[in-house]
Amino acid sequence: MESNAINRLRDLALSESGFLFDPYSGATYTVNQTGRFILQLLKEGKGIEEIQTEMRKNFDTGDEDVRSDIYEFINLLKENHLLPNHFSL
Amino acid sequence: MTREFHWVIGVTGLNATDNPGPGVSVIRSLRDHPDFKGRIIGLAYHSLDPGVYASDLIDSAYLMPYPSEGTPSLRKRLEYIKEKTGLDLVLPTLDSEISGFIALENELREMGIRLFLPTKVQYEMRSKIRLSEVCEKAGLDFPLTRIISEVDTLYQLSKEIPFPYVLKGIFYGASVVKTIEEALAAFYRTTGQWGLPVIVQEFLVGEEYDILAVGDGKGHMVGGVPMKKTFLTEKGKGWAGVVVKDPRLLEITDQFCRVTKWRGPFEAEVLKTKEERYHLLEVNPRFPAWTYLCVGAGQNLPFTVAQLAMGMDPSPLNEFKVGTMFVRISLEQIVKIDLLEEVVSKGEIHYR
Repeated sequence: MESNAINRLRDLALSESGFLFDPYSGATYTVNQTGRFILQLLKEGKGIEEIQTEMRKNFDTGDEDVRSDIYEFINLLKENHLLPNHFSL
Repeated sequence: MTREFHWVIGVTGLNATDNPGPGVSVIRSLRDHPDFKGRIIGLAYHSLDPGVYASDLIDSAYLMPYPSEGTPSLRKRLEYIKEKTGLDLVLPTLDSEISGFIALENELREMGIRLFLPTKVQYEMRSKIRLSEVCEKAGLDFPLTRIISEVDTLYQLSKEIPFPYVLKGIFYGASVVKTIEEALAAFYRTTGQWGLPVIVQEFLVGEEYDILAVGDGKGHMVGGVPMKKTFLTEKGKGWAGVVVKDPRLLEITDQFCRVTKWRGPFEAEVLKTKEERYHLLEVNPRFPAWTYLCVGAGQNLPFTVAQLAMGMDPSPLNEFKVGTMFVRISLEQIVKIDLLEEVVSKGEIHYR
């Protein structure tokens, strides 16, 4: 993960309840339990394989495509300028 | 060991209305400083300015002559207040009065009243008409701007600055106009209220941020806190806001201090576009109404200005707590009618 994205993620304030504060724009968001889980792992610098494994371990994911859900969430973060557009896992 | 400060400080702008003056916020900041043990004198322009009745915040209040009455009236009134209270310094907080105080600075100093304001040259440099020159010198982005004194110029202008654009009054007021008809109407409306010239600026889309900063008059910024308004009133005034972390915002105010050698507090309005370009829109030569937010975030800038005014050399304030918020409240102060009588009949009131 490149340093710009690491700093951006590190600075995001994420609470236990899923309340998210972006200190750069002053905007606040609410993420659900799954979103909070993914975001926390991203903040810890985890890659796609690790996040996928943790998701399968902690959620009843069945045969669903966890990987595409993770990418979809990352796109949502980008759309809200919480991650740089060029960010990739 | 802590040092106590027993200064008598006069603060203007007690009109804490739905378009709030900064005075009450500045006074709360001073009161909040653990080392400040002095007295605060409210300087008001109207007997119903809410701050006049904030007896927990001020020790006395005096009605002042309107700035339009000129500097001799202001000097005379301050002379009287000095005699009665031992006034040491004044923190003027309203746009309309700053130039009058700047003009009187030397005379007031001789009377033993200190100010910490920009020089006349600095004050004029940040005017809407001249800010683009400062931005060019400082290497800061600024919206494409033209100063217009004749209505006919508007017909050619749209080739240079396409619609929609912003038409601003020299002191106050801004309209976004989309057609020549709207531009003409805005020109007459604005000049009718604020006179000539008007300012035409390209319309930029983005997020607006405000920074309260203090310059030491020698080219250094001694403190600064950037904020994003998160809720606006119908008049466009911030009713809630949050301290943000964007180093570029403070780089802009730092650069402004360096180029202008700004002396005193100022509020910078910056627009950040989608392309991450930062445009300096305006510089207000005073504290804003949200000054107390900075105290909540860890920087007591009014106290720092008081120290500078009194010839001290306070340490620069570099830290602030990102995420600190303000949410303004509107409440009813209960006032006995005899207090109003005192203000109206004597032009002054004393609580302690």
